[in-house]
Amino acid sequence: MAAIALVVAFALGVVAQRGGLIDQIGKYRSDILFLTRQHMKLVAISGGLAIAVGVPLGLWLSRPRMRGVAETIMQALNLGSTIPTLAVLALAMSLLGIGVVPAIFGLWAASLLPIVRNTYAGMLGVPAHYVEAATGMGMRPIQILGGVELPNALYVIFAGIRTALAVNVGTAPLAFLIGGGGLGELIFTGIDLNEPGMMLAGAIPTALLAVLVDFAVGALAFWVVPRGVNPLR
Amino acid sequence: MIKLENLTKAFDTPGGTVIAADRVNMDVADGEICVLLGPSGCGKTTTLKMINRLVEPTSGKIYIEGKDTDQYDPVELRRTIGYVIQQIGLFPNMTVEENVCVVPKLLGWDLARARQRASELLATINLDPAIFLKRYPKELSGGQQQRVGVARALAADPPVLLMDEPFGAIDPINREVIQDEFLKMHRRLKKTVMFVSHDIDEAVKMADKIAIFRAGKLEQFDSPDNILAHPASAFIADFVGTDRTLKRLRLVKVGDTMHPQSPRVTVDEPVERAVALMYEHGQEFIVVVDADGRPHGYVDLAAARDRAGPVAEHRTALPATVRLDDDLRAAVSTMFMHDVRWLACVDRDGAFAGFITQPGITRMLGETYRALGSAPH
Repeated sequence: MAAIALVVAFALGVVAQRGGLIDQIGKYRSDILFLTRQHMKLVAISGGLAIAVGVPLGLWLSRPRMRGVAETIMQALNLGSTIPTLAVLALAMSLLGIGVVPAIFGLWAASLLPIVRNTYAGMLGVPAHYVEAATGMGMRPIQILGGVELPNALYVIFAGIRTALAVNVGTAPLAFLIGGGGLGELIFTGIDLNEPGMMLAGAIPTALLAVLVDFAVGALAFWVVPRGVNPLR
Repeated sequence: MIKLENLTKAFDTPGGTVIAADRVNMDVADGEICVLLGPSGCGKTTTLKMINRLVEPTSGKIYIEGKDTDQYDPVELRRTIGYVIQQIGLFPNMTVEENVCVVPKLLGWDLARARQRASELLATINLDPAIFLKRYPKELSGGQQQRVGVARALAADPPVLLMDEPFGAIDPINREVIQDEFLKMHRRLKKTVMFVSHDIDEAVKMADKIAIFRAGKLEQFDSPDNILAHPASAFIADFVGTDRTLKRLRLVKVGDTMHPQSPRVTVDEPVERAVALMYEHGQEFIVVVDADGRPHGYVDLAAARDRAGPVAEHRTALPATVRLDDDLRAAVSTMFMHDVRWLACVDRDGAFAGFITQPGITRMLGETYRALGSAPH
């Protein structure tokens, strides 16, 4: 499988070189570097904030006393996620103006749901008898949360973070449209000016970034999730 | 050691108030295994869970070692009581060592001492510490997991152990092995154990005392043999089974009912001597032994009467022998299998020790009915 992909990529590269595409992309080298850094900053801040809010929210919703209300709140969040990201960004713009701040807010909102949903589901998925055993042994609720429930939910939570961040990287180009910068500048300008070279100069790094982020979070999950509950180890 | 006083638990349900436990009174002595037995929904698990406050009693008192458990913070109380559940509940995110060390760490033991204790406990349950301490629960079989579960409950050396159908999730063959291991361990450690079960055979095997529950009430609290021989109600008689006298056989070892001082002859003695011995002791058979005292057949009175010659010419092979520490149920099963009314018993070295007879066994079983002047119903 990997061998076939490599061959295809090489063949595309040869075609691109022949058509002068590689040189066209190469023109934008300094832009690519600058905008990639901007892009990563957007992703890091909005993603980090999504994790910082999403995980605690998911934990809170999974608590027994939230049983009745939690499903309703999850449905509301689900509904919210059906709003197209562009619309979210537009709303953010009307509330917060243009620039980096509304962009981060919009991306944060778009990344929130997978994290909350997976944290909630992961915590609920921890078999009740582990909690019963832990309670019967004399662990306090906070000790049970940190020592038993969270580690057992961690794999699912990481899967949610991985999805959210990959989506985040892929959605961040839209930030350009409200003045947030990032690789979207090359993509959208390339479309408007009908210059494939410029567009690819934005699109390819974005795709590579998405793959890199996905790989990095996956590797983190592999090493951080305890071996006993890690299906990969 | 554990005293339950008018312990009651009432639940409010949409269908009305359900009394899960109704004024339970019980006294469990130090070092005894008390099995709470009964059909589903009879209140045995509820009663057990009230002891470590997983369920809050509606009224009544629980005393452990003379102290009222109401006076203690429930979490602190639970750290002094071992708890084993049916689903085992070993935390999959922790190694075996970390699992066993949970309660010691909660109690503030220093790590080295906790680890040492984990190592000792694994050796006690026949799991090599060098191999198993660093394993994760998912790498253990069900039987191994539950043994670790028991070790985990014993880690902080609590005086009391609560077990909620602990061996229910294990296959029957391993269950026997683990039950035997647990009994062996209990003989050494002498913890006071409250054990919930719905299996009468398990209760008869494990218990020093059985508490039979029905619809929240404690119906009978007695030794296994007494419950089997003298069930207090038709419900209990039904619950323990119509073969309850046969179940009593499991509680007695061959060595306990054997006729002592049995006569015996050797192969070269004359058969007249064998016959004389049989008349002297009022037996219809006599076992033949070799120089080491091992049984090699028997002489039947009817066949040997008025005969002559060495015993070797008149003996018949023994269909089977039983050992001194076999239980009577296995012995009676062997009797039936070979269509005989008596069996020779051998000790651990294989030497002839005595014999058991069917009449002797039924006489022993009937003792308890004659003593109380009541026939079983």
